[in-house]
Amino acid sequence: MTAIRPGSPPGPALATGGFRHHDVLDLDDFALDEIELVFHTADGMKDVLGRDIKKAPALRGKSVVTLFYEASTRTRMSFELAGKALSADVLNLTASASSVTKGESLVDTVKTIEAMGVDVIVIRHSSSGAPYLAARVVEPAVINAGDGWHAHPTQALLDMYTIRERFGSLDGLKIAIVGDILHSRVARSNVWGLAKVGAAVTLCGPPTLLPSQWGGVTDTNGHQDGLPPPRITFDLEDALDGADVVMALRLQQERQEGGLLPSLGEYIARYQITPERLGWAKPGALLMHPGPVNEGVELSSDVVRGVQSVIDRQVASGLAVRMALLYLIAGGPQ
Amino acid sequence: MLLRGGRVIDPSQRLDAVASLLLSGGRVAWCSASGDPMPAGPHDVVEAAGLVVTPGFVDLHCHLREPGYEHKETIATGTRAAAAGGFTTVCAMANTRPVMDERSVVELVLRIARERGAVRVLPIGAVTRGLEGKALAAMAEMADAGVVAFSDDGQPVWDAVLMRHAMEYGLMFGLPIIDHCQDPALTKGATMHEGSVSARLGVRGWPAVGEDIMVARNIELSRLTGARVHIAHLSTAGGVEMVRRAKAEGLPVTAEVTPHHLTLTHERVLGCGHGLAGLTQGEACGSPEPYDTLARVAPPLRTIGDIEALMAGLNDGTIDCIATDHAPHALEDKLCEFDQAANGISCFETAFGSLMSLVHRGAIDLPLLIGKLTLAPAEILLGSGKQERPAGRSPLAPDGLGTLAVGAPADVVLLDPGAEWTVDPDKFLSKGKNSPLKGVRLKGRVVATYAGGVRVHG
Repeated sequence: MTAIRPGSPPGPALATGGFRHHDVLDLDDFALDEIELVFHTADGMKDVLGRDIKKAPALRGKSVVTLFYEASTRTRMSFELAGKALSADVLNLTASASSVTKGESLVDTVKTIEAMGVDVIVIRHSSSGAPYLAARVVEPAVINAGDGWHAHPTQALLDMYTIRERFGSLDGLKIAIVGDILHSRVARSNVWGLAKVGAAVTLCGPPTLLPSQWGGVTDTNGHQDGLPPPRITFDLEDALDGADVVMALRLQQERQEGGLLPSLGEYIARYQITPERLGWAKPGALLMHPGPVNEGVELSSDVVRGVQSVIDRQVASGLAVRMALLYLIAGGPQ
Repeated sequence: MLLRGGRVIDPSQRLDAVASLLLSGGRVAWCSASGDPMPAGPHDVVEAAGLVVTPGFVDLHCHLREPGYEHKETIATGTRAAAAGGFTTVCAMANTRPVMDERSVVELVLRIARERGAVRVLPIGAVTRGLEGKALAAMAEMADAGVVAFSDDGQPVWDAVLMRHAMEYGLMFGLPIIDHCQDPALTKGATMHEGSVSARLGVRGWPAVGEDIMVARNIELSRLTGARVHIAHLSTAGGVEMVRRAKAEGLPVTAEVTPHHLTLTHERVLGCGHGLAGLTQGEACGSPEPYDTLARVAPPLRTIGDIEALMAGLNDGTIDCIATDHAPHALEDKLCEFDQAANGISCFETAFGSLMSLVHRGAIDLPLLIGKLTLAPAEILLGSGKQERPAGRSPLAPDGLGTLAVGAPADVVLLDPGAEWTVDPDKFLSKGKNSPLKGVRLKGRVVATYAGGVRVHG
């Protein structure tokens, strides 16, 4: 066990001994006890955030760089506030504002950041797998803040944390994820994370927005390295029936332009979550969305602001969960 | 030079026997299996007991990168790598800079090959000018300069009308048109096989049908025009079946498969140690992480079911030959984001060793495998195969290519089918160290290579 250092945030789970990750790239390699440690640590962080002075010195003298190759407001702000609440120095680098536009490669960029002695690199990139490349070539910890269609592990953790806040446990819950599954890193990470904590996931959307195959990958050498198979349906009523949680995903405008949907109207007619359709789920089911919401597309305005919506809670959870991860990654004895 | 007492396998003569072979004046001068008396010596003797002696391998498909991309490979380094892999004849694709789409570039490649090449280089001319898919390249001019085939490899000739015209115009020369079968719309932005792994990794997949549709188109255009069509790097079960049917109908269609499409699956993208079909990973490893750019190749590595279909196609003659698609790249072409990485595998130096895994696991007989690397590709170059009616040939492709018949060029390899070794790309003679087989244990090694009677490897 690690001794609790003076100035560490209060809470029962301050040791980093149970956290075995150098980087946070996806939830596929997270063990259940690590996920629980993140939640436990986030509980402590919530206490810090509830104080008058929302600041703990746990990461004083540490530096965090957010390296974003894609636009983002909430994820980047959440990481920045999380780092600052733990007294880390936080620098923000965006692709357009850095030498990236001069043709500097990702490898060169992260190596430069490493040479400046940075402790944590938070990266968002439009190429699936880019954070794996970064983690391979540099020593500082890499946190994936979203890569292509692949993964968004901190979003999944904050989603799960929000559900746990309400239900106490995720084991045995029925979660319906609705929308553009094919292009969604949020869906992929949630499928991993929710399977690990014992929730049953149903994926729902029009066939053009679902992967053509989605099951376990057992490779020719017998490696089990696949997604635990979620249930897949095109039928929204079937997906929502008996669900404890309904999670809608953002529908990108370009899906229609790319010929995947005839019109936004057809999507809305079949898949928009309305108060009536939310009634197909269990009474009191949670309504979630990773944001930003296209109001009137994937969600009707009244459900966004309805009593079942926990969209704002997700944002608040995000801060606590990201503080927990930064602390577990960089706050322990080096 | 007398290669004494090896197991000589020469499919052109249906020969598989312990025999001695005399090389003299750059040609095969005598073989003990003929029963003729050995010409008077003295001869330098090379003991080949315990080794397999075969014709030098003939590769219908490689990228030597010169001119234009000498940081990836040169004709000098590429042909030395070829020699190390047992290849004595290699056909160089046209995607150089400038593109090999006119006589001057063909002549340049041939001149460099003469001056600095270790093995025979046969050029393949572009089908379209600049590989742009808009207008025909200078096909007649290049045929006169000695190209052995035409191909826009690296990309398909997507315009069916232009492909039809290329086939029709090409009837004058009787040379095969080699197509890289890829439907541009179905494969737009695709970086790996569409399946469970692409779904898992969240990358845009290239469905098998994105290849099959173009295989079907090319077969039908061959039926329409009567032109010889050779399908490059066939990778799908569906493609195998279409070529099988085309051959049964007597169409002049031939096909090749690469060593990597026979021994690796799409799961290889998950990291080294994954996706090995009949190969064994040793302790060394390139990248254990997913998104391994070394496994990026076009067409992509596919499924175990595709491998089984490809093996069936090799065994029943649907797939004529094995070609490496040796595609060397510089480090920076692969050390980047998965969707930014170059396609291709540096293959010359691992081809034989990885193919021997098929023999060791009983998926193909050694003599048949040797035929796929020697006689069969040579027949396509010489237009001497049974299926090829309007056959023409380049004057640069010599009689006796791919055989050990007396009078054939003294292109010979000595192979040790049981020698075990571990792939270390840093030791490749190729400039391209981009091999997904780093650390893989192979059983089967090229001991020595003779090109025109000159020892070029071993």
